[in-house]
Amino acid sequence: MKHLVANIKDSLIVGGVAFLLFGPFLGLKLNDGVKGDLTLATRPVLLAIAVGLTIVARFLLLLWQDHRATRLPAAKLATSVAKSGKYIAPVLLVFAIGLPLVPGIDNSYIDLGVLVMTYVMLGWGLNIVVGLAGLLDLGYVAFYAVGAYSFALLSHYYNLTFWECLPLCGILAACWGIFLGFPVLRLRGDYLAIVTLAFGEIIRLVITNWVSLTGGPNGIYDIPHPTLFGLTFNMAGGPGTVSDFFHIDPDPSQRTTYLYYIILALALLTNWVTLRLRRQPLGRAWEALREDEIACRSLGINLRNTKLTAFAIGAMFGGFAGCFFATRQAFISPDSFTFIESATVLAIVVLGGAGSQLGVALAAMVMIGVPALLQDLQIYRMLIFGIALVTIMVVRPRGFISTRKPSVSLGKVKIITSDMISEGHG
Amino acid sequence: MAYALQQLVNGITLGMIYGLIAVGYTMVYGIIGMINFAHGDVFMVGAFVGIIVLTALTGVTSVPMGILAALLLSAGVCALYGFSIERVAYRPLRGSFRLAPLISAIGMSILLENYVQTSQGALERAIPVTVPGGIQLMNENGFVVQLSWMQIAIVVVTLVTLAIFTYIVTKTPLGRSMRAVEQDAKMAALLGIDTNRTISYTFIIGSALAAVAGVMFLLYYGVIDFYIGFNAGIKAFTAAVLGGIGSLPGAVLGGLLIGLIEAFWSGYATVAYKDVAVYSILAIVLMFMPTGLLGRNDVEKV
Repeated sequence: MKHLVANIKDSLIVGGVAFLLFGPFLGLKLNDGVKGDLTLATRPVLLAIAVGLTIVARFLLLLWQDHRATRLPAAKLATSVAKSGKYIAPVLLVFAIGLPLVPGIDNSYIDLGVLVMTYVMLGWGLNIVVGLAGLLDLGYVAFYAVGAYSFALLSHYYNLTFWECLPLCGILAACWGIFLGFPVLRLRGDYLAIVTLAFGEIIRLVITNWVSLTGGPNGIYDIPHPTLFGLTFNMAGGPGTVSDFFHIDPDPSQRTTYLYYIILALALLTNWVTLRLRRQPLGRAWEALREDEIACRSLGINLRNTKLTAFAIGAMFGGFAGCFFATRQAFISPDSFTFIESATVLAIVVLGGAGSQLGVALAAMVMIGVPALLQDLQIYRMLIFGIALVTIMVVRPRGFISTRKPSVSLGKVKIITSDMISEGHG
Repeated sequence: MAYALQQLVNGITLGMIYGLIAVGYTMVYGIIGMINFAHGDVFMVGAFVGIIVLTALTGVTSVPMGILAALLLSAGVCALYGFSIERVAYRPLRGSFRLAPLISAIGMSILLENYVQTSQGALERAIPVTVPGGIQLMNENGFVVQLSWMQIAIVVVTLVTLAIFTYIVTKTPLGRSMRAVEQDAKMAALLGIDTNRTISYTFIIGSALAAVAGVMFLLYYGVIDFYIGFNAGIKAFTAAVLGGIGSLPGAVLGGLLIGLIEAFWSGYATVAYKDVAVYSILAIVLMFMPTGLLGRNDVEKV
């Protein structure tokens, strides 16, 4: 009983704090006055609701904490997730391949699949840099932008097609990865983070301001869609189109389905390359670098090459994804390459449990798919995204899948759980 | 000459604002070793509380009293924001792996931006010039170098705030425990310092400084929106890194440098590329001095 009183008291204090926090923003509203000045309106009901909800939420949280007698230990839960991971991955793969083939599926769902798959690919690409090599990159969107603009400019000025540009975009992005990687070789931790963030912003600002080349904030229009062995997807039909060649009715879902399989293939390529590289000396050097840079250097691992390859390969997949993004949208502008994109991709990697391929895919589905389905709540979408990021991190700081199997081991394979990973270099 | 002097005046004013925000970043980094991404947005919240207070008090009190009230109320509300953010988003993650608080902080930043956007609208909000006029420093062939009262007020308020802050950090028991926790949190805890409380105070003080900077920004430019926190936050963090993260004088120095680079670049090169200039100089400085200008060069022991 005494406990309950304490809980109520605590909730009321939290309510008081909430009143002061929400007061100026929910309780008052700035409006434009008649003479161009500002006026204030009051919203007491909204404020009361917000404070009331906070008190109730706090009280329920305290109750839950008291009654949580037996909690599934994090390690145990993680191991069980990791065990079922063996089955989740193939099921997800079958689902991913079969999604567009579901009879009567709406085109918008395939389109959503394309979006989610793009972020899965970006997440897997960044996972090489952050998850494997442990280099905190806050400017990954730079390479995404390089890929997208490479294709847009090459097609705009030289009329190159998607399939000709795709490898070029990857190579160009990888070159940028090396070019930007060189200055930051000596930096570590947060200094590295801020410089990569700065590079991301520099590239965006240059694209925005170099109007004569990139069209500046207006972006580039009419980027060609990919073709299927020279056949185009056209709603009007006609010779040389897919619908004409296969004698089927033209339908917008045909192009979406084609795009979907392209990005699925690109994403699976990223995954395959990552899994292969992890077993090779290079991938093992990356993981060693993540765990301890000094030990790495002592053992004669070439830090420069190890870091630069991580940047380059991560950037290359970012470039591929960017190229695909440009062809899918048919229009790109610098607005698509803001810091929030880098943050989203990084959030996907960390939420997935840095280093886990399956975790990244799950996190991309949750973080991109769920908000996209909340179309009705458009204005609250980013608000919910922010709340979700904080909540998931507080509940599962190590991400969805926090265990990992060593890439190479001597004798019996031992699964490493989150409590065993005490590395401070993340 | 006159033109350069004008840019110097503008640069110092801007640099002071950046410096105030940078102190908050560097304090939090020094004490718990995380980038508090939401700090720039606390600055934005401070500017919004400022505009709300100024609007409410228009015609009620005299202008200096109104500004003082805006500064104090904004500092108070933001201190509470800083405290709550730390309690909700960072404290549960203390001792967890390093990327977790960073992502939580990015989430907090997105949350605050959209909270202000949905509650107060996405429009830019402008206030009329509150303190007009100034002094003419120089008149060269008709080009007047203007030092406005507002600029003087910003520099004075910043210096007073920094003086109070320096007093707290160097002379009071709270400051002593903050420095102790910064040096070695575990040892400080063993010696009877309440580390949680100390960290809370760090957030409270840092957020109050950001709020002062926010109100200054509002008065200087007269226009704010929910997005100002991102740019100012990145610049201020750049300032903190440039000065050497963890170093308090470094943060102010870095802020001043960033302000001056921006002002002179806008004045003599192109306005469009001023941010590119700031970031490039950051990258170049870090290439040659990987721990910033005044940062400690700590050697990692194995």
